[in-house]
Amino acid sequence: MSKNTVLLEVRNLSAQVAGKEILKGIDLTVETGEVHAIMGPNGSGKSTFAKVLAGHADYTVTGGEVLYQGKNLLDMPPEARSRAGVFLAFQYPVEIPGVSNSAFLRLAYNTMQAARGGEELDPLEFDDFVREKIKLVGMDPSFLDRSVNAGFSGGEKKRNEIVQMAVLDPKLAVLDETDSGLDIDALKIVASGVNHLMRPENAIIVVTHYQRLLNYIVPDYVHVMESGQIVKTGGKDLASELEKRGYDWVRAEFDATRAAA
Amino acid sequence: MSAMLEKLINQPYKHGFVTSIAEDVIAKGLSEDVIRMISKKKNEPDWMLEFRLNAYRHWLTMREPRWANVRYSTIDYQDIIYYAAPKPKKKLASMDEVDPELRRTFEKLGVPLHEQKALAGVAVDVVFDSVSVTTTYKKKLAELGIIFCSFSEAVQEHPELVKKYLGSVVPPTDNFFASLNSAVFTDGSFCFIPKGTKCPMDLSTYFRINTQDSGQFERTLIIAEEGASVSYLEGCTAPKFDTNQLHAAVVELIALDNAEIKYSTVQNWYTGDENGVGGIYNFVTKRGLCKGVNSKISWTQVETGSAITWKYPSCVLLGDNSIGEFYSVALTNHKQQADTGTKMTHIGRNTRSRIISKGISAGRSINSYRGQVKIGPRAQNARNYSQCDSMLLGSACSANTFPYIDVQNNSGKVEHEASTSKIGEDQLFYFAQRGIGAEAAVTTIINGFCKDVFNQLPMEFAVEATKLLGLKLEGSVG
Repeated sequence: MSKNTVLLEVRNLSAQVAGKEILKGIDLTVETGEVHAIMGPNGSGKSTFAKVLAGHADYTVTGGEVLYQGKNLLDMPPEARSRAGVFLAFQYPVEIPGVSNSAFLRLAYNTMQAARGGEELDPLEFDDFVREKIKLVGMDPSFLDRSVNAGFSGGEKKRNEIVQMAVLDPKLAVLDETDSGLDIDALKIVASGVNHLMRPENAIIVVTHYQRLLNYIVPDYVHVMESGQIVKTGGKDLASELEKRGYDWVRAEFDATRAAA
Repeated sequence: MSAMLEKLINQPYKHGFVTSIAEDVIAKGLSEDVIRMISKKKNEPDWMLEFRLNAYRHWLTMREPRWANVRYSTIDYQDIIYYAAPKPKKKLASMDEVDPELRRTFEKLGVPLHEQKALAGVAVDVVFDSVSVTTTYKKKLAELGIIFCSFSEAVQEHPELVKKYLGSVVPPTDNFFASLNSAVFTDGSFCFIPKGTKCPMDLSTYFRINTQDSGQFERTLIIAEEGASVSYLEGCTAPKFDTNQLHAAVVELIALDNAEIKYSTVQNWYTGDENGVGGIYNFVTKRGLCKGVNSKISWTQVETGSAITWKYPSCVLLGDNSIGEFYSVALTNHKQQADTGTKMTHIGRNTRSRIISKGISAGRSINSYRGQVKIGPRAQNARNYSQCDSMLLGSACSANTFPYIDVQNNSGKVEHEASTSKIGEDQLFYFAQRGIGAEAAVTTIINGFCKDVFNQLPMEFAVEATKLLGLKLEGSVG
């Protein structure tokens, strides 16, 4: 843990969608080996933050900066961010009819390998490779032949996101409400898959509404987001406190502090 | 998204070059004299000339049809060259004798004339403008009694077969363009698979239009006798000219008892430029007759080219238990227009047909599926399944589906499904988040969309079709 380096540095980031300001000055520093949880009520801007990091075109950055490995992340198109190791597990994974899961995963993997200067895999080699990866989340191999997310249940889609994460081996994974739509068994499986992928040189940002996922993916830091700002940061115990007391007191405390200052 | 798509649309035509070899060309214009001249140049027997002249006289009484959902300026039939043949016309025994310039043309096109090249195992009958240049593998096929040669050669060598079957599926009076073709066709392919013979290799013809203003009127006739089977591949490419060139071919397939014919086309004629100037008018009549019991005819087409594509490869299901299939991908871009589909005419009992059509429209193109399923009064227990899917890229293009269903007995069963989709911004973002750029994403989505059709193509064609779609859409996303 002593050799941590800064992976992501977000400074005073603000962003809007359809002319409406959603993020109003976010500051966040993530070092390698860390797990950060971002919690907050619905509409607080958590998912917007995740999408802005990934470069979604609907969101316009209006201020601040984001450095990833010391480079300006906001200058990079979405595919370049991905190739540089930024992964977003989607809250609502997209269906792609007609494109098989295995073909999609292989295309993504080989694109990534080409960017990294690594070896690309042919369909047979990739099949062996991906079959190991799907075991992480207990996915049946038949899902490899099905169209990407088409007809998948909510839980299956979320597992599929973690399979993609396992295949791409990102440096910074942002999990956007990966727990929503999962029953407790599926939640445990997904969490163990994520833990398996966590290494000292990586980092994870977990965006969630509920504390329960954090019983299984234990964060080093918990940030509370409210109205587009991070209003409180604490250790893992903060999550349990939020579970008990809700979010209102955090906002009140934040406003009081600001008023005093 | 629309900016992306527009970029993708501006892909220059790769095969736009003219081969400068001496051609034997006759003057523009059409008359009985021209037809007599064509027939004489080809040293045809009298019955063949009569067939042409009768077709021509009938054609003079017909009017050009206007019902298709396509728009083009009036064609001046006197402004077309009806015969253009490369010189010298001597018969060639091997590849080495082929004009080196012509061979280079085919190499540029990627037509594997050399036997050792990629399509090894495929016999190629190359039609360059109007005369068949060389036929490979002919000897090997001859040992099995299979005849695979140019149409002109068939008229000379196998007149009894040509006479028996020519016009038996598409009569010379069938429609305006079929009549024109019957009058002036210059060459094409002939294929005869005798009783009980399975053709051991895919047979292939590559068409290429070279002379400016030369209409190309091929005639293809394929006969599979009882228990015979054959897979036939047709590839089409044309160089780039500003004026529109008319291509009005006729293809007739005949399957006798228990015979099977599979006909695959990858069509990449010049589409015209992004403003709709130039390009091929592809007005073709293709029809198969399942004449015998348990016979099967399957059409697979990938249509990516031509300024206008207007054709309906069809099946007449005459024999009991016969099967007709139509698998189609039609991609239109820029100002291309396509009105294509099929006709399945069920006459015999227990006949079945299947239609899978995938239309992709980009740019300002118009893409229409038009299909007719007809179940006759004696076609007990006939069945049809049709699926017509359209995909739109951008917002300036259009897709239409015109299904005509005519059921004349109450045991028939007809199913029709249709869908329209658009490649969504959210899909492209999903791909991008996995490191995959927009072009690769669009190609992947479209290949997925067309998978049911590509699966029907022979391997080499499937690979070519996949590449072709990627090429056609290159630069329209980014």
